[in-house]
Amino acid sequence: MNHATLQMVCFIVFAVVAVGAALAVVAAKNTVHGVLALVLTFFSTACIWMLAEAEFLSLALVVVYVGAVMVLFLFVVMMLDIDMEPMREGFIKHLPLGIGAAAIMLIEMLGIIGVRALNVQPGLNPAGVSNIKWLGEALFTRFLLPFEIAALILTVGLVAAVVLALRVRTFSKRQNPAKQSAVRAGSRVRMVKMAAVAQVPASAPASEEPQA
Amino acid sequence: MIAIPLSWYIVFATVLFCIAIAGIFINRKNVIVLLMCIELMLLAVNTNFVAFSRFLGNPDGQVFVFFILTVAAAESAIGLAIVVLMFRNRRTINVGEIDSLRY
Amino acid sequence: MISQNLLIVLAAAPLAGALIAGLGRKQVGRAGAAAIATISVALSFALSCVVFYQLVWGGAPVFNHDVYTWLEVGKLSIGIGFLVDRLTALMLVVVTFVSLMVHIYTIGYMRDDPGFQRFFAYIALFTFSMLMLVLANNFLQLFVGWELVGLVSYLLIGFWFDRPTASAAALKAFLVNRVGDFGFILGIAAVLYAFHTLDYSAVFAQAPSLSGRTIEVVGGHPWSLATLICLLLFVGACGKSAQVPLHVWLPDSMEGPTPISALIHAATMVTAGIFMVARMSPLYEMSPTALSVVLIVGATTAFFMGLVGIVQNDIKRVIAYSTLSQLGYMVVALGVSAYAAGIFHLMTHAFFKALLFLGAGSVIVAMHHEQDMRYMGGLRKRMPITWITMWIGSLALVATPGFSGFFSKDTIIDAVGESHIFGSTYAYWCVLLGVFVTALYTFRLMYMTFHGKERFKVEHGAHASHDHHQGLLSHAPKESPWVITLPLVLLAIPSVIIGWFTIKPLLYGNWFGSAIKVLPQHDVLAKMGEEFHGTGAMFWHSFTTAPFWIAFAGFAVATYVYLINPQLADRAARMFLPLYRMLTRKFWVDEVYYNLFARGGLKLGRVFWKGGDAGLIDGAMVNGSAAVVERSSRVFRRLQTGYLYHYAFAMILGLILLLGGLWYWGLH
Repeated sequence: MNHATLQMVCFIVFAVVAVGAALAVVAAKNTVHGVLALVLTFFSTACIWMLAEAEFLSLALVVVYVGAVMVLFLFVVMMLDIDMEPMREGFIKHLPLGIGAAAIMLIEMLGIIGVRALNVQPGLNPAGVSNIKWLGEALFTRFLLPFEIAALILTVGLVAAVVLALRVRTFSKRQNPAKQSAVRAGSRVRMVKMAAVAQVPASAPASEEPQA
Repeated sequence: MIAIPLSWYIVFATVLFCIAIAGIFINRKNVIVLLMCIELMLLAVNTNFVAFSRFLGNPDGQVFVFFILTVAAAESAIGLAIVVLMFRNRRTINVGEIDSLRY
Repeated sequence: MISQNLLIVLAAAPLAGALIAGLGRKQVGRAGAAAIATISVALSFALSCVVFYQLVWGGAPVFNHDVYTWLEVGKLSIGIGFLVDRLTALMLVVVTFVSLMVHIYTIGYMRDDPGFQRFFAYIALFTFSMLMLVLANNFLQLFVGWELVGLVSYLLIGFWFDRPTASAAALKAFLVNRVGDFGFILGIAAVLYAFHTLDYSAVFAQAPSLSGRTIEVVGGHPWSLATLICLLLFVGACGKSAQVPLHVWLPDSMEGPTPISALIHAATMVTAGIFMVARMSPLYEMSPTALSVVLIVGATTAFFMGLVGIVQNDIKRVIAYSTLSQLGYMVVALGVSAYAAGIFHLMTHAFFKALLFLGAGSVIVAMHHEQDMRYMGGLRKRMPITWITMWIGSLALVATPGFSGFFSKDTIIDAVGESHIFGSTYAYWCVLLGVFVTALYTFRLMYMTFHGKERFKVEHGAHASHDHHQGLLSHAPKESPWVITLPLVLLAIPSVIIGWFTIKPLLYGNWFGSAIKVLPQHDVLAKMGEEFHGTGAMFWHSFTTAPFWIAFAGFAVATYVYLINPQLADRAARMFLPLYRMLTRKFWVDEVYYNLFARGGLKLGRVFWKGGDAGLIDGAMVNGSAAVVERSSRVFRRLQTGYLYHYAFAMILGLILLLGGLWYWGLH
């Protein structure tokens, strides 16, 4: 088996796995299974990217998506006590519609793009330049500003996610050390001056006699 | 040297995309699955970008994938945060019951 | 030589007085405003006398210069300038003299009015406007003055604007004058069309070229250009001088304060139309048709408006109808080309009619603003000065031989008799019968006011409300203070004597020179001048003429009906009820106008309001577009289910269609 054949075989295997896993994502009864299938899809696709010599993005996909985003999905799915049954109603009913729409779209897309791309030959091979250097040169020269903005977007996303999901417990009791250390004696004890002997008004008791 | 034709990538990406579309139709009530389908679509698009970039010998496509990954990560984080918040307030993530926007 | 600066000061002094009195409030105060306005007008009067002296005895030439270039449009250049000839000078003296008298009188008449300062600002402004009108040397400046006096007239009729009747009268005067002014400005436009200039001297120099020129306003019907110009200008004169059919505003204008009635609605502003036609005599001489129209309109006004005056009970309204009638006499004089006689009557009328109005004002003050003559009577013992001066004014009005009105009015009647233009026979009968009518209403007024039994009651506890007195007074009427009686006396003097020494130069001596132009074939005054043998002869001769005996008949009837046998008037009114009603309803002119124009205008306005504004704009466009949006959104909101997957489905459907379209069309 030569190098090219090996590549093709690998591509077919990974593609079949990815498509099968994608189908599982769509069809899974249990969302946890769906998420796991999505992890498999991502992983297989990462391998396909590797075949396209996009090593950096391939690894980034595994690290970012499989390692972070998918775990987040899993957390959420498992954290929320979701009753899955009502959400699956109409599954069979909408299956033909979904398959039909997907099929039409597939045919259209292949008709537009795929057929024309059949004869395209691989372009320049950046021989001797690693994928990371190739990508990095573009990213840090021409795309520096978008890169910075992307960093900002991530930060905003982080803050937004925290703000959305944070729950302030208004009734929880907690200590405030700042207030505790700033306390003064005057706010604890109140000094009141009183006469030693109080005179009882002569007429007061009579008028305030209970009526009943 | 890449032996795989460009069309294979495109077909693969298209199939993934259409599966995601079908998934949106079928699992229309589960927000999490909808989010996952969107991730699938983005993945298909990214695959196209990677393949075109490689075959045209232009790194711009891969830079785009980089940015898309960034935005998609932020999007899923916020989306999931919204799902959590929604579940906390409504005790459900069933899209069929979330219709406050209706007339 | 008349100094230009002198003329500027003459015209601008009342304006300055008006501005100071009107804009300064606390700073000038009530007394200050009165003093400033009166002094400014007195200054104008003094300068007018100087101008008059220089022109008549000083041998100064006619002054005709532009002071300031107002605007230039193409070849047309319009300036602010002065034309001072003897006609102008005479008007200047009359206007400023009467205005000064009224200013002095106002100090007493309006003493307790809260709008005292505003009033002085207005009448000083009026004096300025009238001077601008009189001094103008081009048509546009004349028009500006014309509109200014109309504006001030509006302001002053509605001076007591919290009275609905006063506001309505002001509005009516303004609207009716708009009709006249519209004709007037069309006339000015016609002048511009015909002569390509608006300067008096240039227009009058070219006036003879008008003969034979025609204009097709309506296709296929050539009209004489001279007649068109003259008639349009006369429409303006009709509005301003309250001639039939635009006379309806003048009686209602009596809602204004009495000094205003004297100044604006008797002596000066309403004579602007007379002055204007006399000024335009070179144009009117070119069109016998227009002269006939002027004659007939004037004669109709003179007779029929006098008739209405007989049945009025409001003392001021009687004098107002008398004014209408007398203005009719002046217009008649213009119609028979006796312009000088018209101006002469204008002058004498200004004196005795202002006197009558101010006397009536004095009576009204004494009666605590009761104006109904049915609750007066016997006032002659209580206010003798007013009584005597009013008698003088009345005798002048009825053309008693020797008084000023006699010389002017008899001249007009004779001039009509001499004239042979179309309509002169009708006019002659109108003015002749008008003499009887004039005597009747004038003596009726005097008897009902000053003679007979006292028909008012004095109750010291009665609080005078301004609406319904019914002759109930809180204090007995007494003679007015000197600021009121002094103008009466000062006006009474010229009312008696002015005719004696002005008639000969004014009418028969070509006194006006180039200011008034009469074609020889129209010149009735020249014919009469051949038979004129001095004022004494005219005086003695009058006792053998028809007008005197007709007036005497009026006097006799009035004396019998209103003094000796007062019940007879009511009986006569019942006996000739239809006639009486026709007169009290003023020939139903108001009703016709109301139903035709006012109600028609209201209906038209209602159509535009309901149909155009409420229906089309509000209904169809504003609310309609809102309703369309509302209805369609009612339908389209069904699309907004609120379900996420419906939106997703719509998006995907759109994507499928887009791709399909791209595939089908995009590949070729």
